[in-house]
Amino acid sequence: MTQHHPAAEVPSSPALPDFPMRRTCPFSPPQRYAELREHEPVSQAVLKVTGRPAWLVTTHEHVKAVLGDSRVSSNLKLPGYPHQFPIPEEMLREVRLMLLSMDPPEHTAQRRYLIPEFTARRMRALRPRVQQIVDARIDAMLAQGGPVDLVAALALAVPSLVICELLGVPYEDHPQFEEWSALMMNHDISPQEYGAAVMALDSYLDKLVTAKQAAPGDDLISRFIEKNREDPIADHTDIVTMARLMLVGGHETTANMISLGVLGLLEHPEQLAAVQADPELLPGAVEELLRFFSISDSGTARVALEDIEVDGVVIKAGEGILPLNNSANHDESVFPDPDTLDIRRAEARSHLAFGYGIHQCIGQNLARIELEIVYGTLFRRIPGLKLAVPLSELRFKDEALVYGVHELPVTW
Amino acid sequence: MRVSVDPDRCVSAGQCVMLAPEVFDQDEDGIVTLLQSEPPAELHAVVRQTASLCPVRLIRITE
Ligand code: SF4
Repeated sequence: MTQHHPAAEVPSSPALPDFPMRRTCPFSPPQRYAELREHEPVSQAVLKVTGRPAWLVTTHEHVKAVLGDSRVSSNLKLPGYPHQFPIPEEMLREVRLMLLSMDPPEHTAQRRYLIPEFTARRMRALRPRVQQIVDARIDAMLAQGGPVDLVAALALAVPSLVICELLGVPYEDHPQFEEWSALMMNHDISPQEYGAAVMALDSYLDKLVTAKQAAPGDDLISRFIEKNREDPIADHTDIVTMARLMLVGGHETTANMISLGVLGLLEHPEQLAAVQADPELLPGAVEELLRFFSISDSGTARVALEDIEVDGVVIKAGEGILPLNNSANHDESVFPDPDTLDIRRAEARSHLAFGYGIHQCIGQNLARIELEIVYGTLFRRIPGLKLAVPLSELRFKDEALVYGVHELPVTW
Repeated sequence: MRVSVDPDRCVSAGQCVMLAPEVFDQDEDGIVTLLQSEPPAELHAVVRQTASLCPVRLIRITE
């Protein structure tokens, strides 16, 4: 494994657990999280990918406190940043910060350019188009006949199409960037493979951004370019980086939530029947599934800019912090009986699946709409949907930065 | 109940608008605006919920 920062001290205590921790049940967070919440809400672990220590923060209250604290940074170039995947060192030096890794005021400026694209009103206006896309994919599934792999047939196709239309990226190129994107989400690839995937995607987007600079269209990237012309906050490379974040962020996460959510409902037939009988339960079911699976568990890495105290523990300036969404979302003090999926759970919306604080997911309402329409339409149009293989044969993405399932064979 | 917001700090995640469209809106730039600062009793519960969900805690309630 690589060492990003050669000067970094390798932890002396062999007792520290490794991170990420493995799940023992595909439907529950790693068991250790519950022990940590109870006995040591702020504790240290060793990151498998770098061999360096970082602080794990595990309770709902403390995860919110850290993510809402302006004394922590998202800047992945800072020496103590707890990297979750192997970035080659030269690349780390040269790479542009993307929105997710920026601190104010750069973060504020770039986010301001993007937020008009994601207002609640705009998202509501997108509903009919998302519905059309979902219906067309389900038509295709029905025409083909089962069994089909739901990941390819629906879960990846829907968000990929939606985000391509929003960004103005030609959908016919999707097999390529879906592959690059999946590589970038994988914990287990070499730094070289990771670097190659990012470079391939960036050179693709570089050409696209150049074309839009010359001939703008009616899309997010073109509008960003226009605003930036009037009041420049970004250069060409920054815009390419922004486009990469939107493209990867827009499909990988939602795709995994679609497959897992369908699986979660199939495994809870009584709750699925309730949703089928009463579509009003759908928005709550979406929130509960987001909470239950918490797929972006290790995606909110931070580094302390000053010494900060969390639950009586002093995290020193320069130390890495991993506020764990999945643990916070299974905190029994906020969500009673947290490992039970309950689509009628009153407090489900308090989940931190989209993060918290200034970096909270900008696309969350787009994701909500896509999930609601997919779950609702799929189980209405194919009420007899069922798994085509035993649950034990599914391969879960234990090695990935975003949790999910590799294939989901279904039939009806 | 009186509601107030501090739009300067809004990060426009839109949680409030999705939950309580009767009380909150977003302007052209996606920034929160208040439609009514004294919502009727039947909206109090949901407004309290928006205050606790706002990721930058900028929705203030006095009762
Ligand atoms: S929830 Fe808070 S940050 Fe989000 S739009 Fe409403 S006021 Fe702004």
